[in-house]
Amino acid sequence: MNDERAMQQQPGRTPAPPHLKDGPGPGSPEAAALDATWRDPPGLLGWLAAVNHKAIARRFIVTTFCFFVAGGLLAFVMRLQLARPGARLVGPDLYNQLFTMHGSTMMFLFAVPVMQAVAVYLLPLMLGTRSVAFPRLNAFAYWIFLFGGLMLYAVFALGAAPDVGWFSYVPLAGPDYSPGKRTDFWAQMITFTELSALLEAIVVITTVFKLRAPGMALNRIPLFAWAMLVTAFMVLFAMPAVMLASTTLITDRLVGTHFYNPAEGGDAVLWQHLFWFFGHPEVYLIFLPGLGFLSAIIPTFARRPIFGYTAMVLALIATAFLAFGLWVHHMFAVNLPELGKSFFTAASMLIAIPSAVQIFCWIATLCSGRLDFKTPLLFALGFFFILVLGGLTGIMLASVPLDLQVHDSYFVVAHLHYVLIGGAVFPLFGAFYYWYPKITGRLMSERLGRWNFWLFFVGFNVTFFPMHLLGLRGMPRGVYTYQAGLGWDTLNLVATLGSWIIALSALLFVVNALRSLRRGAPAGPNPWGAGTLEWATESPPPPCNFHAIPVVHGRDPLWEPPRAAADGGPPPFTHVGGLAAHTRELLATTVLDARPDLRVNFPDPTIWPLVSALAVTVLFIGSIFTPWAVVWGSIPIAIALTAWFWPRRAETAVHLRLEQGP
Amino acid sequence: MDALHDVLAPFGPQAGHVHALWMLTLAVCTAVFAAVLAALLVALLRAQRAGAESAPDLSSLGRPEPGRRRSVIAAVAASTLLLLALIAASIFTDRALARLSTDGALRLEVTAHQWWWEVRYVEPQVADSFMTANEIHVPTGRPVIVTLKADDVIHSFWVPSLAGKKDLIPGRTATLNFRADRDGIYRGQCAEFCGSQHALMAFFVLAEPPERYAAWAAAQRRTAGEPAEGQPLRGREIFMRSSCAMCHAIDGTSAQAVRGPNLTHLASRSTLAAGSLANTPEDLRRWIADPQQVKPGTYMPATRLSSEDMDALVGYLQTLR
Repeated sequence: MNDERAMQQQPGRTPAPPHLKDGPGPGSPEAAALDATWRDPPGLLGWLAAVNHKAIARRFIVTTFCFFVAGGLLAFVMRLQLARPGARLVGPDLYNQLFTMHGSTMMFLFAVPVMQAVAVYLLPLMLGTRSVAFPRLNAFAYWIFLFGGLMLYAVFALGAAPDVGWFSYVPLAGPDYSPGKRTDFWAQMITFTELSALLEAIVVITTVFKLRAPGMALNRIPLFAWAMLVTAFMVLFAMPAVMLASTTLITDRLVGTHFYNPAEGGDAVLWQHLFWFFGHPEVYLIFLPGLGFLSAIIPTFARRPIFGYTAMVLALIATAFLAFGLWVHHMFAVNLPELGKSFFTAASMLIAIPSAVQIFCWIATLCSGRLDFKTPLLFALGFFFILVLGGLTGIMLASVPLDLQVHDSYFVVAHLHYVLIGGAVFPLFGAFYYWYPKITGRLMSERLGRWNFWLFFVGFNVTFFPMHLLGLRGMPRGVYTYQAGLGWDTLNLVATLGSWIIALSALLFVVNALRSLRRGAPAGPNPWGAGTLEWATESPPPPCNFHAIPVVHGRDPLWEPPRAAADGGPPPFTHVGGLAAHTRELLATTVLDARPDLRVNFPDPTIWPLVSALAVTVLFIGSIFTPWAVVWGSIPIAIALTAWFWPRRAETAVHLRLEQGP
Repeated sequence: MDALHDVLAPFGPQAGHVHALWMLTLAVCTAVFAAVLAALLVALLRAQRAGAESAPDLSSLGRPEPGRRRSVIAAVAASTLLLLALIAASIFTDRALARLSTDGALRLEVTAHQWWWEVRYVEPQVADSFMTANEIHVPTGRPVIVTLKADDVIHSFWVPSLAGKKDLIPGRTATLNFRADRDGIYRGQCAEFCGSQHALMAFFVLAEPPERYAAWAAAQRRTAGEPAEGQPLRGREIFMRSSCAMCHAIDGTSAQAVRGPNLTHLASRSTLAAGSLANTPEDLRRWIADPQQVKPGTYMPATRLSSEDMDALVGYLQTLR
């Protein structure tokens, strides 16, 4: 009776008889029931209520990619302005908005969220489960992110974008030197995106710890999942610093607190400490997922398991710890005690060791493998050239005396693009080519992929290598123009030409991605012959991911078949059966050994995460203009969250029945 | 103004130490880069080829790979040693920089403003102290101690050919020591983003033989003389009654405002508006008439004057040597 009511309340869902359990393969009534259970409801309302991790992640990936393109276009305009000395294409006001928007977009609206978005898609598939943990929270995090990003671009369109750099140093960003609301929009965008990132970190950590397929002990987790786990922990510790910083900046600006006002006992350098305590880990929480991509791509295309799995995991963890101990290398030009700076020099240089461990392990893997030169591997190889070069200039910047010369010059611009594009964007493009067939069911064109890679690789180096030289020749960063006769003209022109090549390459990528949606060759479940679990299911995966939860026997479950029974008979454990097919029931496993632990009931789709996100958006944007928004804005949030968490009678009944069952 | 501004062309001990460290680090890093790429290339060439359909090679699961393990450990150990060496080199360079002798040093106080540099020469005798802007004359071979302050937002003082940079932070004081070992003009520029005209905030360090420096300093200590009858005198009147006197000082006159650069010896400088323009009568006229055209966002307001008045004003300013 209760069950029937549950089904009536969810229009559009094919009711499945409650006695069906999962287990059998595709095509069976059980599989159909599972798919119906895990599918998001149809229609516009259903689209808005979606909680399936793949649906949310697809939107998330597309959104971040749109921001990536937007941020790239801003950079393109900047390069046009800097192509020749004294150009008047854009004035200082617009230029300063452009570079602030470019940096903020790439850091906050692209690099961190895109990694989390890809993780939200892949982790349940890689770990052998049907959802991320907290699917509604996951949806909420996406909406919050979307609204924060849209707000920033809305004010840009209105000509009121922030213009004090993505680092927003006070006092320049304070009330005295940045009147108006520009900086407040920036600070509030931080609040939006960091909230989203923190929530996603919780989703990722819980998913990796509790929802792995039975048998996937901690020492068998795919390295990408390890990288995301470590990244998520870094987010938990890094993001609060910048949320604190941006919130105190807003209160300085809105209600006259004086956290950063030296005239009233505040401190301008405090901002830098808080910002870089987040800002340096930020670099690594962009970089570590990139390493995770490579650790997925390289073994597949070297046709062997990764060399040095344990060393790789420990290197990731070591990087995460060290990353919190070197923020001061962004502040060497500040008058800080010299001895203290030496400590940060040492920490900044030593963080190269864990990265070196991973690079050497990959080379060892490639060396002893049998190589399949496909586009994802090309992008992985591009990483070696670019990231290693960027890492070495990073070692230069770690040294106090060298940094004092090249700090805040174009040398740093070159360095950070080598590290971030080499360390994150090349692996990400590789990952895109690698998992595109899983997400869409079709392969991307290899021919266009190669063009895409080579143009990007060449264009990148043509654009950014000359910037090292510009920095050494004294060109500071953040300048909207420069005078003729300083010896910077030719190098700048070359850099601008390179940016055209990058733009062409990005265009090819978009063409390839869109064209392959319809015209790509059908991929099948495992086009690359890879070993991790996401390749065990169909491409694109069915709504429930797996019709039967697999049991894992090794690090590359598809390469290492289940062990035979003791008596030599067929393997006794290949799949888990017995989870309910008519409701969203999942198996939670223990953190260390992934032993089956609990059956957990997951929530159904609902519109309330979206409504809550809208309510939070109203509060966040309102509080840019008046502190009262915090008071009145919290009421709709309270209502929306109450509705979100209010237990539904019918749902509870279903869950209780399962609990009573055998 | 043809001026040097190159990290790789040092003309003083501070920049020289950094340059030596740069050469060492560059050599080590280039060698490491080449070694890593060579290892990768060898790996790619040595490895066999196979397609996606080929069965993965799982032999590594069953038996350890001692050879590869040794290679990786050796490579990591070598990287660690090189890094430790670079850390040591960096710390020794730091010490060398701190050891610059400051005996008989010239003392300067530089205060950064949006978007120009106020320079005060601090002498033991207060009466010998004097102010200038955007141009720093120093005697070649004599150490200089610069006290760095900021009036509004954070700026950074950087003369690549002479020394590394140092931030100027409101509410804090920093110092920077350097010495120029060769006569010459060294260009510096603000290196911390400081608002809309961060790009046009240059300054110059002019290293001169001690006697020429002494002559220059003596001239700078003099207040502005009484202008000649006629155009210059009329120009001074215009200066005093227009908005100029609200922000600028000319020592020896009633103009004593400190909002903008001190103009007592304006005509002795070779550039205007922190290196934005050459100091010619035409450019000076352009700058006074419409500063926003030259430096959008600058705090200097436009001064609308008739052509004759402008001639008189520029004529007067030209006398401020």
